Amino acid sequence: MLKIRNIRTYYGNIQALKGITLDIAEGEIITLIGANGAGKSTTLMSICGVARPRYGEIFFRGTPIHEMSTEKIVALGICQVPEGRRIFPNLTVMENLEMGAFLRRDGHGIKNDLDHVFDLFPILAQRRSQAGGTLSGGEQQMLAISRALMARPKLLLLDEPSLGLAPLIIQQIFEIIKKINAESKTTIFLVEQNANLALKVAHRGYVMENGLITMSDSAINLLGNEEVKKAYLGL
Amino acid sequence: MWKFFSLDEIKKSLLMALWFIFLTFPIMVIRVNPIYNVVEWRWQNMALVGAGAFFLSFLWRYFLEYKNPAPSKPADDAAVSRSGRFSELLRSSGTRRLAIGAAVILALAFPYLFSSYQVNIMTTALIYVVLGLGLNIVVGLAGLLDLGYVAFYAVGAYSYALLNLHFGLSFWICLPIGAALAALFGILLGFPVLRLRGDYLAIVTLGFGEIIRLVLENWNDFSKGPSGIAGIPRPGIPGIEMSLNASSVFLYFLMIALALFTIMVVSRLRNSRIGRAWIALREDEIACQAMGVDKTKTKLTAFALGATWAGMGGVMFAAKTTFINPASFTFLESAIILSIVVLGGMGSIIGVIASAFILILLPEYLRAFSEYRMLIFGAVLVIMMVFRPQGLISNVRQTYRFKGLQENKEGD
Ligand SMILES: Nc1ncnc2c1ncn2[C@@H]1O[C@H](COP(=O)(O)OP(=O)(O)O)[C@@H](O)[C@H]1O
Ligand SMILES: [Mg+2]
Repeated sequence: MLKIRNIRTYYGNIQALKGITLDIAEGEIITLIGANGAGKSTTLMSICGVARPRYGEIFFRGTPIHEMSTEKIVALGICQVPEGRRIFPNLTVMENLEMGAFLRRDGHGIKNDLDHVFDLFPILAQRRSQAGGTLSGGEQQMLAISRALMARPKLLLLDEPSLGLAPLIIQQIFEIIKKINAESKTTIFLVEQNANLALKVAHRGYVMENGLITMSDSAINLLGNEEVKKAYLGL
Repeated sequence: MWKFFSLDEIKKSLLMALWFIFLTFPIMVIRVNPIYNVVEWRWQNMALVGAGAFFLSFLWRYFLEYKNPAPSKPADDAAVSRSGRFSELLRSSGTRRLAIGAAVILALAFPYLFSSYQVNIMTTALIYVVLGLGLNIVVGLAGLLDLGYVAFYAVGAYSYALLNLHFGLSFWICLPIGAALAALFGILLGFPVLRLRGDYLAIVTLGFGEIIRLVLENWNDFSKGPSGIAGIPRPGIPGIEMSLNASSVFLYFLMIALALFTIMVVSRLRNSRIGRAWIALREDEIACQAMGVDKTKTKLTAFALGATWAGMGGVMFAAKTTFINPASFTFLESAIILSIVVLGGMGSIIGVIASAFILILLPEYLRAFSEYRMLIFGAVLVIMMVFRPQGLISNVRQTYRFKGLQENKEGD
């Protein structure tokens, strides 16, 4: 579904990605784990076109997207839940969700998807007219995911959804990530520092260090891998 | 209440009084009498300033305390419910309809009740309503701090003046041309500042405003420089002769129509797709991009649409004064228009209208106080911002159902 070929992304003179190659198949949950500053967020930003790779290519279902504008990429069906949630604090929950459907014109479909996300996260239905900024951290993460789902993405990019949340809430959110993948056949690219959790829900995983992919394997194998255990699982 | 008279509070007020005595000493106490070449020392003024400052500082702190209740109470809750009361009143449809009805009748009857001097002032105030609402699109909705808004006002005014001077084009043709040219300049300004935010954006737009004014001032062949352009015709209806008085009444009604049109469009825009995109862009650019909002297009439309109203306001201004020169388009103008937006409560339409009237009419009606009028004007601004930093009418969004929150909110 998504093919990333040897991309290198720079911030000014700083090279954040030093040649990343990565494949995501239809219907998978893929995870990218790595320490802080490894370049995980930059990888997602490069896919979305917010940060542009200077070299390399990205194909989405065969279409080259590395030179496309962000709006076009989103319109193709790639939607990102950015790191740190980034909900719109002064817009209500409802308005946040409407922003998620910004590029869509099918009123009926939007209505259905709204019911769908309210099914996934009933708490959001209760909070629908409350300003986004007044939600708790967990609720904000749920809103951020729901907002992305309102775009009806084919590929959902999640950047550290567990960041700063209590274990119980994280558990709940990861359950729902699995559910989204199983029920709507949405392909999910999950970026995490919490390797243990991420590898438990994912089918396959990549490990990233200093802008390079250092390992790629099935999630189970990575969970059992000695190096991964030492570096990322704290065992 | 009684704690206001503790020793500590009295000390604070004494210090305040001394400070004010020191500040006002040169103007309140010393008077040089040039005829007899002597200096008068008006000590009684010093006593007055001291006593006044002493008591006012008590009052000031009392009101501040009232505004920010003791920290033991949930401060937010109280503040929000208090500020909500007025907005609540505005939202209830009964009072709203009544108020709108009264405003319409007053607006229609105004020229027949008051002198043409008053009508002229009112026309000016209405121009600022339009300017305020226009800038509100850029600053209030899209969150782009534009300090050079007056440039577009100048573009509108000069396009009417020059097109009329050289080609004899009438007001009615120049109104849309002025608007379009201003929009074009809005886009021209927009392109270089797309990547800038906050302070940087403010400085560049400030520079842009000054560039336009300096060009108008120095390019004599084009704009007649500082001497300006005189004899700009007032708008009329073809075939009907109008007296000076009648034409100013006609202009007043035109301005009412333009203001109503502006209000209609701006309130529509606010809830439109593009309006949502502006508000969302103001809140978080990256999230907006992730949702597929075209950042470039959205920002440029904000600049262009905001500038359009300044352009129309400028054409109206040229038609009203019949004479324009660059001195009418200084940074102070931009600052006043920005004050209107901020004072009105960013993004609130009724707030912007109210503050346009206050900020334009107040200095006019304070003329009786001649040299003190700008002082009072400044004091009103400062007091407003201390006691109502959210503006006259705070954005309803921010006060949304705050009360139910406390008990529902759970930690995570
Ligand atoms: N906007 C930016 N400007 C400059 N350098 C950046 C920027 N964003 C990230 N970087 C750098 O790029 C590298 C990768 O960052 P990032 O992709 O955010 O890592 P991760 O998401 O894995 O924590 C880091 O060294 C970081 O300092
Ligand atoms: Mg990151």
